[in-house]
Amino acid sequence: MAIASITRANKDAKSRVTYSRVGLILVAPALAYLGLFFITPFVLLIMTSLGQQSTSGLNQTFSFGLNFANYLPLVTDNLENVLRSFGYALIASIGALLIGYPLAYFIGVKMRHRPMLQRMLITLVIAPFFISFLLRTLAWSQIFSNSGPLLGFLQDVGIMGSGDRLLGTPFAVVFGLIYNFVPFMTLPLYTTLEKLDIRYLEAGSDLYASPSRVFTKVTLPLSMPGVISGTLLTFIPMAGDYVNASKNYLGGAQTSMLGNIIEAEYKNFNYPVASALSVGLMALILILITLYVRKVGSEDLL
Amino acid sequence: MKNINLGRNSLAVYATLAITFLMIPIVYTIAFSFNDSGRSNASWVGFTFDKWLNVCADQGVCAAVSNSILVGVISTVLATAIGTAAAIALVRYRFRFRSAVNLLVFLPLATPEIIMGSGLAAQFFNFGIDRGLTTVIAAHVLFCLSFVVVTVKARVQILDPVLEEAGRDLYATPSKVFFKITLPILMPGILAAALLSFALSFDDFIVTYFNSGPVQTFPLFIYSQTKGVPAEANVVSSAVFILAIAIVLTVQVRSSLRNAKLKKLAK
Repeated sequence: MAIASITRANKDAKSRVTYSRVGLILVAPALAYLGLFFITPFVLLIMTSLGQQSTSGLNQTFSFGLNFANYLPLVTDNLENVLRSFGYALIASIGALLIGYPLAYFIGVKMRHRPMLQRMLITLVIAPFFISFLLRTLAWSQIFSNSGPLLGFLQDVGIMGSGDRLLGTPFAVVFGLIYNFVPFMTLPLYTTLEKLDIRYLEAGSDLYASPSRVFTKVTLPLSMPGVISGTLLTFIPMAGDYVNASKNYLGGAQTSMLGNIIEAEYKNFNYPVASALSVGLMALILILITLYVRKVGSEDLL
Repeated sequence: MKNINLGRNSLAVYATLAITFLMIPIVYTIAFSFNDSGRSNASWVGFTFDKWLNVCADQGVCAAVSNSILVGVISTVLATAIGTAAAIALVRYRFRFRSAVNLLVFLPLATPEIIMGSGLAAQFFNFGIDRGLTTVIAAHVLFCLSFVVVTVKARVQILDPVLEEAGRDLYATPSKVFFKITLPILMPGILAAALLSFALSFDDFIVTYFNSGPVQTFPLFIYSQTKGVPAEANVVSSAVFILAIAIVLTVQVRSSLRNAKLKKLAK
């Protein structure tokens, strides 16, 4: 036994020395690519965000500088868009969790004894990935539209007044965000819950814990890794999304998120402000994630 | 006893409702690919196969789709090759900065698309590179790469080094070991990563929007149709959906059958 472990250690040490260069060679293209198309763009984004916008004739140009004023809109003109981005993303993440958790639990735990059905169900969960994101969102926008079937029905049964609208409201935008990101929430939850050892839950109920107590004291804590990666996988892209909130999709004049402003500034060739808003968005996301992960208490995740 | 049954059933009902919720826009999109509509496909007119038979009747759709396929294929090949090499290195080899590389590969997954998109746009703009097919491909390889590394890494982790050792013991050359043992075992992971890459690339809107210049991909075509999207777009999307689901189901049924067979043999 001891001899075996020594020879193994020797072999490991040997292969480490022999192959270390091969490892670097294999990883070099990916490293170069990420350096060139991820790190450099980020540095240039920050540099551009401090640039000075100027108009020469019809052309909009800018020169590099230290123009911190580009960041001002984040706390003045566009503060409401910032708050909307994070508010919508927060509510929609919770919504996606409320839909995704029971779904993942049902597929991952209750369907264990029927593996074939389990696979079919998880395929249905990821099915939306295979059909155009824009067309799916447009489908909801047509269902919600003023001449669409849903509004008429809600007005007929008296839930909504004749002047009320669905499309262009914060409700429609948050609804669209939830819809588009439920699979991103459900998948990591499923991966965690699928491996959950049911014996822990049985132990809980054997000790006379109520079902709700078993859930809060055993199931939920054990599935926390899934909850954390699920909420991060939904919250981050939601905060940067601008398709759902766009006027041609589910949003309206009063639902613009920060992404819509970045898109508009970019379209107007106002690169410095567009970049500053992007950097601001990223910084806020990083701060919130750090606080969140620290609060939930698993720093080894990042 | 009654309580437990009620609990179990209500969870099943909830899950069914959630799945139905996910299916509504898919069914809607496929149904409206059979709509005998004019330029705009906003309301139901009547049933027809015309749009399926003449997809290219709308010139814009086919041009955009061929761009998307071109971008998807090239990005997938590049991202899969670069990413697979990196995944093997990250699992099997120890080298300096390994954990830093691991983090770097993970970062694009945690970055909102709008940041990646505008960052790349800032780069191309500052370097005076005209945006077009090449810049779109460069951007797509970036976000596909991280997904490939994550997917293939999971497969490399279950690859038993003993199999490769056995090959070496039998005097196989390193390249023979790689092509006859390592690669075939990794293949399901690599194929899954390639499929995922193509799907991501084909459907990407935000990153593409910032880096396309005059080029129109399929999602950009849809976004540009502010006065209503033609039914031909639904046809393309439905066809892609049916094809993808068929592939996924075939793979799943085959592996289920194989598992069942193995279980029988084990008995």
